[in-house]
Amino acid sequence: MIEIIVNVGLVILAISILNCLYRVLRGPTRADKVIALDSLGVNLIGVIALLSMKFHTEAFADVILLFSILSFIGTVAASKYFEKGVIIERVRD
Amino acid sequence: MRLPRLNNVILETTTKVVSYLILAFAIYLFLAGHNNPGGGFVAGLVTASALVLNYLTFDMETIEKRKNFHFRIMIGIGLLLAVGTGLGGVLFGQAFLTHAFGMFDLPFLGETELATATIFDLGVYFVVVGVTMTIILSIGADE
Repeated sequence: MIEIIVNVGLVILAISILNCLYRVLRGPTRADKVIALDSLGVNLIGVIALLSMKFHTEAFADVILLFSILSFIGTVAASKYFEKGVIIERVRD
Repeated sequence: MRLPRLNNVILETTTKVVSYLILAFAIYLFLAGHNNPGGGFVAGLVTASALVLNYLTFDMETIEKRKNFHFRIMIGIGLLLAVGTGLGGVLFGQAFLTHAFGMFDLPFLGETELATATIFDLGVYFVVVGVTMTIILSIGADE
């Protein structure tokens, strides 16, 4: 029973990732693309959690935390680039 | 035209909280590397990502004022630690990079296995942090 539920969840997350990918490719502005990539990362975290249930292992638990950290830092870096034009500035103005 | 100073209160407060969480996760990854996924390389990259988050939020001058070491020195310290553990095996009449381990009774942790491979991993950690931050900062400091 749990196998069927995990498989259905994986299919739904795959459809959600495809929708995010459409927004990444056809987003009108750059901000749309960044938000779509961020939510694609969140969906990917869900996929990893479901796969670790499917494979009966706990070795992927670190990957989930690592993905969320990297997704957050990537989104912050992109927003800072859009806002200021530089990512690491020498002196704050 | 000079833009007015932006007010980044939410980002700065979030960075102050999240940096400690990321550094704690890096320490966990470093210590878990013997029996679980993790190790010096990933821990170094996670530490570097916490430092990069600080450099993103604040500027370069603010952080340079508060740290009194250079990231290039970390590369040298890491390589010295790695070679030092290798030479430690030679010192006891074994081959180069022979590692030793043993069970010790620590005060709070109880019976714990300590291995010299941890010191080698610490060298890897220092080298990874130093190299990553040197690359990112020398690209970022370019005008």
